[in-house]
Amino acid sequence: MSDDNKLDFQQFRERVGDLRGKEYWRSLEELSRSEVFDEFFQSEFPQQALPLEKGVDRRDFVKLMGASVAMAGLTACRAPNETIIPYVNQPENLIPGRPLFFASAMPLGGYATGVLVESHMGRPTKIEGNPDHPSSLGASNSFQQASILGLYDPDRSQVVRRAGEISTWSEFVAALQPLLSAARTNGAGLRILTQTITSPSLGAQIQQMLTQYPGARWHQWEPVSGDNAREGARVAFGGYANVIYDFTKANVVVSLGSDFLSEGPAHLRYARDFSARRRVRQGDARPMNRLYAIEASPTNTGSVADHRFPVRPSEIESWARQVLAALGGAAAVPAADATPATPVAPQAMARDLAANRGASIVIAGEDQPPAVHALAHALNSALGNIGSTVLITDPVEVAPVNQLESIRQLVTDMNAGAVQTLVILGGNPAFDAPADFNFGGAYQKVPFRAHLSLYYDETSMLSHWHIPETHYLETWGDGRGHDGTVSIIQPLIAPLYNGRAASEVIGALVGGLDATPYQAVRNYWFGRGATEATWRQWLHDGLINGSALPARGATGAPPAVSTMDTVGAPQDGLELIIRHDPTIYDGRFANNAWLQELPKPNTKITWDNVMLMGPGTAEDLGFGGRERDPLVNERRTRMAELQHGNVRMELPVWVLPGHAEGAVTIFYGYGRRQGGEVATVKGPGFDTYPFRRSTTMHGGPGATVTMRSGSVYPIACTQEHQSIDPKIVGDRNIVRAATFAEYQTNPGFAHQGHHAEFELSDASMYPPFQYTGHAWAMAIDTTLCTGCNGCVAACVAENNISVVGKEEVVREREMHWLRIDRYFKGDPGNPEIYHQPVPCMQCENAPCEPVCPVAATSHSEEGLNDMTYNRCVGTRYCSNNCPYKVRRFNFFHYADYDTPALKPMRNPDVTVRTRGVMEKCTYCVQRINHARIEAAKQDRRVRDGEVVTACQQACPTQAIVFGDMNDPGSGVAQLKKEPTNYALLGELNTRPRTTYLATIRNPNPELAAAAAAGKAEAH
Amino acid sequence: MAQIFHRSANTLSRVTIFGAIFIAGFILWVIGGIVRSPYFTNQGVQREQAVPFSHQHHVGGLGIDCRYCHTSVETSSFAGIPPTSTCMNCHSQIWTNAAVLEPVRQSFASGQSLQWNRVHRVPDFVHFNHSIHVAKGIGCASCHGRVDRMNLVYQATPMTMEWCLSCHRNPEKFVRPRDQVFNMDYVPVNQKQLGPQLVKQYNIRKLTSCSTCHY
Repeated sequence: MSDDNKLDFQQFRERVGDLRGKEYWRSLEELSRSEVFDEFFQSEFPQQALPLEKGVDRRDFVKLMGASVAMAGLTACRAPNETIIPYVNQPENLIPGRPLFFASAMPLGGYATGVLVESHMGRPTKIEGNPDHPSSLGASNSFQQASILGLYDPDRSQVVRRAGEISTWSEFVAALQPLLSAARTNGAGLRILTQTITSPSLGAQIQQMLTQYPGARWHQWEPVSGDNAREGARVAFGGYANVIYDFTKANVVVSLGSDFLSEGPAHLRYARDFSARRRVRQGDARPMNRLYAIEASPTNTGSVADHRFPVRPSEIESWARQVLAALGGAAAVPAADATPATPVAPQAMARDLAANRGASIVIAGEDQPPAVHALAHALNSALGNIGSTVLITDPVEVAPVNQLESIRQLVTDMNAGAVQTLVILGGNPAFDAPADFNFGGAYQKVPFRAHLSLYYDETSMLSHWHIPETHYLETWGDGRGHDGTVSIIQPLIAPLYNGRAASEVIGALVGGLDATPYQAVRNYWFGRGATEATWRQWLHDGLINGSALPARGATGAPPAVSTMDTVGAPQDGLELIIRHDPTIYDGRFANNAWLQELPKPNTKITWDNVMLMGPGTAEDLGFGGRERDPLVNERRTRMAELQHGNVRMELPVWVLPGHAEGAVTIFYGYGRRQGGEVATVKGPGFDTYPFRRSTTMHGGPGATVTMRSGSVYPIACTQEHQSIDPKIVGDRNIVRAATFAEYQTNPGFAHQGHHAEFELSDASMYPPFQYTGHAWAMAIDTTLCTGCNGCVAACVAENNISVVGKEEVVREREMHWLRIDRYFKGDPGNPEIYHQPVPCMQCENAPCEPVCPVAATSHSEEGLNDMTYNRCVGTRYCSNNCPYKVRRFNFFHYADYDTPALKPMRNPDVTVRTRGVMEKCTYCVQRINHARIEAAKQDRRVRDGEVVTACQQACPTQAIVFGDMNDPGSGVAQLKKEPTNYALLGELNTRPRTTYLATIRNPNPELAAAAAAGKAEAH
Repeated sequence: MAQIFHRSANTLSRVTIFGAIFIAGFILWVIGGIVRSPYFTNQGVQREQAVPFSHQHHVGGLGIDCRYCHTSVETSSFAGIPPTSTCMNCHSQIWTNAAVLEPVRQSFASGQSLQWNRVHRVPDFVHFNHSIHVAKGIGCASCHGRVDRMNLVYQATPMTMEWCLSCHRNPEKFVRPRDQVFNMDYVPVNQKQLGPQLVKQYNIRKLTSCSTCHY
């Protein structure tokens, strides 16, 4: 490799400035426009047609071919004999062939989000959000979607184990008895460790246990703990409190490192509320809201911000203090450390906030220290937002504690020999507790250790007793949502793997008669005034109406800022940021292949965790140089040693435009040693928990990174996979964007100027196809898309999409029918970020259709490009001819036909595709057909909103709208009339049915002017 | 040098060359015949069942309506196979000791389902919906034949895609009044006139897009 291939950011910057260069780019490699990269695109699917790998030579190949041809006739099959097994007594309301929906709730991090679960003859197959639940409003995220796979996961623990040997529940209960009688007499030594708990019934049970054993103690620990938010609220409001934000009323939002659109128990709700103020439509004069994001590592929230300031984590506090000072908060700036890179910005932000008193929100991220949280509350208080856009309630958790201190106490006691019995209910502290506590070592000093968990994991290995836990879809329970709303968690299926609920383990500790989880929950609520009628109503609704916690009155004096702990001045050297993984969370979903294969937002990496850094930092570290080839950062990367404190580890480096310089981000959750084949073998990644010590829970200054020469690490990054060839695109803009001000003066910007020359007439040599019935179409509002992946996961669950594994993703063979393309615009140091979900466009003049030699893909009379799997012979011509690259070819037998546990998981309304078959998005044609049949039975047309595609249903911001274009009153027909509506590569005259609404952002004119002035000065 | 081949070889080679096209056509014709034959379609093949249930007796003889057992035919894609309890509605009162009904009583007592050998099977990649066909005036007998005359049920029609399309392309030839759907004895009086009229009245569309059935 020559020096020409160096990662030359100067060159990038010049190209960005060059008007002939592309305005929007997907990756640094595209921006570099190297020859190798162009070649990479010229071969249609660069690595898809690899030679046979398992050492099959030509002779063997010919022999096998000959044999297959000769024996092909033998396989010509008669239909297999099948049996039909009816019920003995058919349950009421169950109609074979029609799904039932039940309301339940999925707990994550203790908080419950309402879901509706689709059940086919007793088998849960799909999760949807519960439209009535305040934390969901009908939307769902990737964790909820993938929890279906989590339920059926054959790697789940299936049996009680004693020291690793198979045992039984009753033996466990018997083994507990002598300990319990000892605990009753001397009281001490009994401990339980749980995760965050909002469940009122379980909380009451634990309280009962604590009363029964006065010496017993309850500890709580969860890696994504919420400690900082808890402590920040305690500083600001003088006690633990729950803070709820109302984004529908906020004109200006400032995020201090918060990813409120895709993290936290309320993110679905916040995303909906936030997007309600960004829906720019004709004839709707409401102004857009404005979001400022001050963050180090790009998040989904930052990616849709109108202004994003990449700053090092230690600078965030000084930004907040400057804004507070500008608003007149006394003594807000403690030292002269407040020197943000753009000194104008905090002032402008403060003015913008001040103009929107009572209608703005300042929100701090979980990774931020308590001081930043307290500052955010102080800012909200100073702006008069509390009581208006910011509501304070009592804590939702049963017993809010500082979880770090709680587990610290437990470890201290274990080391001191004060713990005789420890029962761990869920969680995996041996893997995820702060590294310096050496939880595993201390744990092994406890004479009786029991662990309840879904998997036989790292903590189970160290326990005397392991009890398999029930999945939330298998057992009764309850939990509270972000605003305190109570949901009863009702099971959809009997425990598949002999699991036990936490309430049963507590029941065993308390003693007395065995109560089933159903009795435990029901008795609790019947003891609090429930009747059979209300109980049934709650189960039907999925929540207890009116159980949200009331907002407290505005607190009197604003919190005293001067007394807050500060993180101190920004320091030199690299700062380390430690975050939980966006798809496998804290590691608990590491065995969930759907989540492993989900491209992580912003980086689009699957199956791995990497060390993120900005382009400038990478350049400073010498990432580049002679051995670098142009596919680094898209297909493979180099390793670097990260040192922080006394911990050293080699991690793959990934350059992410927009990441703050002077900081690196690592993600925890990977590197599982135990707990399922997917977690440990297929997606091992790197265990970064050793960096997470009690003093560095979210990172800190003083990190050093050293590049390791020579070591190359393959990365399965999907961004440049099966994506639109830049040469086809040329100078056209795939993404089209403007500011709100530009939109107001020129709503048709998406069709003008740069784009006008590409607008074509509908000229065709053929007579136009008449769509007399329905004409299905989709519109995607790119302003609203946050890139959260909810739609992708929903598509996987609805359409039985296979997982292919890391090696196959590297070869560009991932099967996701829907991808979210990420585009950057502008300076690689701080680019604007755009998300664009790309499903099949369902072209009216589809390039795929005429090239199929067997007519396996054909035009339906409602305008869909039908894909007939059983007809496909796998020529892949259609995929070659598709300019949008939305067709996926099943190279191997990706669908698991054999594992019995996975069979009931699949959607029976969609064919499970086999090898050698092309597949693609069909607009969820199974849902269309269902709705059409129901409508036809009633002799009417399908109504607008009756067909909801899986992606549309999941989308928290309602960015995806689907419907009948021939129905002038339908939502999608209205959107198609919007001036911002444009077709992707419309100039190819493919006439796609999926179109996009151009992105509109609302930057602060004051800052835009300042930026322009700054640029002029620099020149 | 003597000729290797006799003159008659010329004729033979001509026949072979010019006959090739006919031979290929013949082979295709044979294959076409085989795939349409009952060997592949299972048309007319009676299946052994655990209980030799006679539709002839129950439908033809006793006049029990189809929907008494196949309860979901009007609401669901699947017509429904009756649970054991449906059998026991009558057979707890009559023929209570019949040896032939022993598996039914066993099933009801033990809670173990009866297992029936499937007679009508469409492949997994075909999504057929009973309810819409019934609602649009397609009689049970149109596809399933005279079930009221079958002792053991067999597949009366080939159920190939060709056969499905014959109706999807020309529904007017097969549609009947809705109130005659479950009538096994229905004989159309003047289908040529009635058919197009019903197609219009019932809003029947000629659905021949692939995604009508394949997805």
